[in-house]
Amino acid sequence: MSADPTPIPISPIFGRLSLESFPLHEPIIVATFAAVVIGGLAVLGLITRYRLWGWLWRDWFTSVDHKKIGIMYMVLGLIMFLRGFADAIMMRIQQAMAFGGSEGYLNSHHYDQIFTAHGVIMIFFVAMPFVTGLMNYIVPLQIGARDVSFPFLNNFSFWMTTAGAVLVMMSLFVGEFAQTGWLAYPPLSGIAYSPATGVDYYIWALQIAGVGTTLSGINLIATILKMRAPGMGMMKMPVFTWTSLCTNVLIVASFPVLTAVLTLLSLDRYVGTNFFTNDFGGSPMMYVNLIWIWGHPEVYILILPLFGVFSEVTSTFSGKKLFGYTSMVYATIVITILSYLVWLHHFFTMGSGPSVNSFFGITTMVISIPTGAKLFNWLFTMYRGRIRFELPMMWTVAFMLTFVVGGMTGVLLAVPPADFVLHNSLFLIAHFHNVIIGGVLFGLFAAINFWWPKAFGFKLDVFWGKISFWCWVVGFWLAFMPLYVLGLMGVTRRMRVFDDPSLQIWFIIAGIGAAVIAVGIGAMLVQFAVSIWKRDQLRDTTGDPWGGRTLEWSTSSPPPEYNFAFTPVIHSLDAWHDMKSRGAERPTQGFRPIHMPKNTGTGVILSAFATIMGFALIWYIWWLAALSFAGILTVAIGHTFNYRRDFHIPAATVETTEGARTRLLATGT
Amino acid sequence: MTIQSPLVAAAEVRFYDLDEHDHAEGHSTMLGFWIYLMSDCLIFAILFACYAVLGGNLAAGPGPKDLFDLPLVALNTAMLLFSSITYGFAMLAMRQDRLRQTQAWLAVTGLFGAAFLAIELYEFQHLIHLGATPQRSAFLSAFFTLVGTHGLHVTFGTIWLVTLMVQLGRNGLIQANRRRLMCLSLFWHFLDVIWIGVFTFVYLMGMLR
Amino acid sequence: MPEITMLALARRFRPALRLLPALVTLPLLSGCGMVVLEPAGDVARQQGNLVIVSTILMLLIIVPVMALTIFFAWRYRAANKEATYKPDWDHSTQLELVIWAAPLLIIICLGALTWVGTHLLDPYRPLARTAPGNPVATEVQPLDVQVVALDWKWVFIYPEQGIATVNELALPVDRPIRFRISASSVMNSFYIPALAGQIYAMPGMETKLHAVLNRPGNYEGFSANYSGAGFSKMRFKVRGMDGAGFTTWASQTKGAGGTLDRAAYLRLERPSENEPVRRFAGVEAGLFDAVVNMCVEPGKMCMRDMMALDAKGGLGLAGIHNVRPLEYDKTAGRGSGPAPDRKMVAALCLPLPGDEGKPVMERRVDLSPLTGAGLSRPGSLPRATFIAAADETSIPTPIPFAKSNR
Repeated sequence: MSADPTPIPISPIFGRLSLESFPLHEPIIVATFAAVVIGGLAVLGLITRYRLWGWLWRDWFTSVDHKKIGIMYMVLGLIMFLRGFADAIMMRIQQAMAFGGSEGYLNSHHYDQIFTAHGVIMIFFVAMPFVTGLMNYIVPLQIGARDVSFPFLNNFSFWMTTAGAVLVMMSLFVGEFAQTGWLAYPPLSGIAYSPATGVDYYIWALQIAGVGTTLSGINLIATILKMRAPGMGMMKMPVFTWTSLCTNVLIVASFPVLTAVLTLLSLDRYVGTNFFTNDFGGSPMMYVNLIWIWGHPEVYILILPLFGVFSEVTSTFSGKKLFGYTSMVYATIVITILSYLVWLHHFFTMGSGPSVNSFFGITTMVISIPTGAKLFNWLFTMYRGRIRFELPMMWTVAFMLTFVVGGMTGVLLAVPPADFVLHNSLFLIAHFHNVIIGGVLFGLFAAINFWWPKAFGFKLDVFWGKISFWCWVVGFWLAFMPLYVLGLMGVTRRMRVFDDPSLQIWFIIAGIGAAVIAVGIGAMLVQFAVSIWKRDQLRDTTGDPWGGRTLEWSTSSPPPEYNFAFTPVIHSLDAWHDMKSRGAERPTQGFRPIHMPKNTGTGVILSAFATIMGFALIWYIWWLAALSFAGILTVAIGHTFNYRRDFHIPAATVETTEGARTRLLATGT
Repeated sequence: MTIQSPLVAAAEVRFYDLDEHDHAEGHSTMLGFWIYLMSDCLIFAILFACYAVLGGNLAAGPGPKDLFDLPLVALNTAMLLFSSITYGFAMLAMRQDRLRQTQAWLAVTGLFGAAFLAIELYEFQHLIHLGATPQRSAFLSAFFTLVGTHGLHVTFGTIWLVTLMVQLGRNGLIQANRRRLMCLSLFWHFLDVIWIGVFTFVYLMGMLR
Repeated sequence: MPEITMLALARRFRPALRLLPALVTLPLLSGCGMVVLEPAGDVARQQGNLVIVSTILMLLIIVPVMALTIFFAWRYRAANKEATYKPDWDHSTQLELVIWAAPLLIIICLGALTWVGTHLLDPYRPLARTAPGNPVATEVQPLDVQVVALDWKWVFIYPEQGIATVNELALPVDRPIRFRISASSVMNSFYIPALAGQIYAMPGMETKLHAVLNRPGNYEGFSANYSGAGFSKMRFKVRGMDGAGFTTWASQTKGAGGTLDRAAYLRLERPSENEPVRRFAGVEAGLFDAVVNMCVEPGKMCMRDMMALDAKGGLGLAGIHNVRPLEYDKTAGRGSGPAPDRKMVAALCLPLPGDEGKPVMERRVDLSPLTGAGLSRPGSLPRATFIAAADETSIPTPIPFAKSNR
């Protein structure tokens, strides 16, 4: 970037896009691009070689089966996780290097994109797909349903999320990503101070993915409220379902705020309105308020489902009923409501009065009460149990020990005078990684190890799982404890270079921690590979490898397309445990045809158009944007003319499938 | 669905629904659509909030009193209110299984909707011609965005309405179409309610302020 | 001055308490210069104490929870067949009460501490003391310092001394200081860890901070909110000196020459990184107010005037065209150059270039189709309104339009 730039001409055909939009002068990016192209071509080649395209399209991409969509979400989250982690490693290396006049190896243009992309990717395209995927897979099974309320919408939601991820990835090689931090505060993110494509990539990636997230939230609320098996009253729902319900309520009640605020920001950038500008009466503070009214519930959207996971895991592996189910449910509801009353704690330092600051500080602290109650409930679930330390339970204990520290520093940051000295410092960074890694990621790993056998019919390898576990836990503490210290030394976030040489050692320790985490991630990938390789040894024929308590364990692993040949009838909490202990007989005859939704490619097509439209808008290619928008409208309307969206699985097919399971159950165990 | 007490001996307890019937298709559509409307309502809430905060920031430009033409807006409001009534008539006709009548009322609704949009576009065009563009001040940005977003909703509602009329023509008053009519009905009345808010909050109170 | 008992308590046990965070994190910490916990200013010290006290309060519950987790995990492991096993035990009203009440009690204490601490340490609140047991006498006037965050450097204006500096902040010790803080383009955060907690520096807004430095020495100050490419190097030196030292420093600066006037400010405002320390012997009157009101650029209407006009209903249709292209803007150097048609609202009291002699309000007034039924025509608003508003404006002297020569 030069000191005396000339405005880029906008061509009627290519908009802002020109040869200079490709960062050919950045060797790191060119090398990454080459690697991605070679890797991508290899994958595409293999798919073509083994003629998998038809299978992928028919059985996966167009599938409306909540289980397959759930798995696709997890795959998306995993891929994006590798990208987000690569960003993290690059930051760690830069910060460990750039001392004593050294500029490190990243210029500010590149570094500033990396920390922005890291935040955006980890929240929107890693944590969100993981959480949504998990809820998608588990919730219908737990409530004894055969699919979600709106199966097509589910597929569409997934592809919209993917479209957003594609746009973010595209920004790596075409143009640039935002250099604003992950929440893109104006005026910095306004057209005056960020005139290039970065913020536009940010806006459209989030807007398109946001449509998917909101719709999937609506879908899951309707599913949970309307599709529970007979007998499952609200207070007989598994805790994971409860936390999912609250999460989706939060999604539906907060993502529209994000949509609105990003729309206003894009109007400022595209049309020249004055919502968040400095001049003409605009108010940047308005943006800060609005984005955090979405942003704070967002962190509870991420953590609540994992609280559910920990509840299921603790109860299952302690071989005990969950302690204090009712208070657990109420704690979740209280957190849901309170999460809307705390947004201002993200900007105590912007000059609100002491009474306002105290109010929001205290409401924030109040959230720790139900959260603390939850922790005690898990603790007393373990009390007088028979705890089997399988991998999910190990992750849960690691979570309990890690998360309390993150929670404590969180409450500390909620004290406004303390926040005045710690706001935006590395202490804050350490805090939220403490809760997001220690809470969300550890929870996800517990969930993956817990439900993998359900999804694929075999357990995950324990040896590599343990290596991954220890690397993650140790690596986490090594990587983030130094950041707590640095925060107390008054070091602020998003710095690229440092003066004070005494800080370097801490950044080097943090870098080593990140390297240990990298080993943990590698071990996890090996764990997946080894488990697939040795799947016959790890096979589970029962469908209930852990002595599960909820309905998903009552069906086969992996579950048939229709989940349950007969819908279960629920009499108590922990329905499957109840059925097992009272000797419920699995029916082996009298099957009926099962009514199921048909697959459709509309979701893929719509999201492809959305991606093109986003890209065209980012680069000011107006004709293409108009064309793709017309495409979206036409395909969407065309889709409504299709009235035949369902079919019946014939009773004979059900009988064959169930018969096979009957034989398996007889031979197994 | 009968739920038996857990005290009953296991032998008598039913654990599987052996006599199951298909869920009626779209049994949760109305709930889902209602939740969607609430999320949409939240978007409008944000736009209203923006207008409340920024509405006074005229940037030494024109204010509501200089720009708004109440009789025109009143006419516009009447168009939308009438369209809600006629949509109601369409729904009554649907209940009585009168396809032609339903379509006719839908057409009238669509015409009212189009008239509303035309008047709104005229108003916008007039303001822009004066130079009171969305770029001129935060007040005008908030005004155009709030009213414009509502207008966009009406536009999509109208496109949906036309689509539904074609579908009614092809398939008649089948269950799926009835459900869609109900959804559009919710959507249409919802927009009416939002407009009442816009009319009161933006136009009437703007003139008083 | 009512002391917070907790804070007093913290001070008494300071040496012991200082060890606690070290216990929480790593034993390596002692002596690694945790400026947040060992600052040189009374305000920062109280804030640091609050960090420590809150941590201790929470440890009261965190430590037992962690200990219980480990103990239960070990005690009730599946291999230990001696431990009691009660698979159906899932409720205890007493336990539930404790579970909810224990965190509640801690939060009540912490909440009380927060309420008092937040009010007492409100950055907008004038200082009541300069050190423990050292109340500020009523006649003591705090030192005023006006702070502006620019891209990417800091300007400090000392109105009392009539001097200004870039990237250097000299402070007398033990004298209360009153900062008025603003920014020129984007959001920054003004933070000197050794002195006091941070507060944002935001364009078009003014924030305040009251603080005092207790020990002479050199400290670091910086922006704690990311503001673009040059953010990392947006740091400044803080030099704490005794009263006499400060007076000497001020008079030296006064003798150095150079004036920070609007033109100099506008040159300074353009994005640049790694700016060396610079001193100005004089400052144009009202510069900081013009910065806060976003009207340093000649001919631009001040926000204060704009808000006064807006409160009276704006300038009507006539005001629509009272805008002019913004010829120089801070965006140059931030990427692809200035956006094509950036505009600003023109000030009323100034003749526009080329328009000299014409009454301002006659220009391009569009009195065509009048809207707003039954209301006075926009053009017929009493002219006195404008004059009255214009009279209140604070930019008296039009200065030659400094066109940037990029």
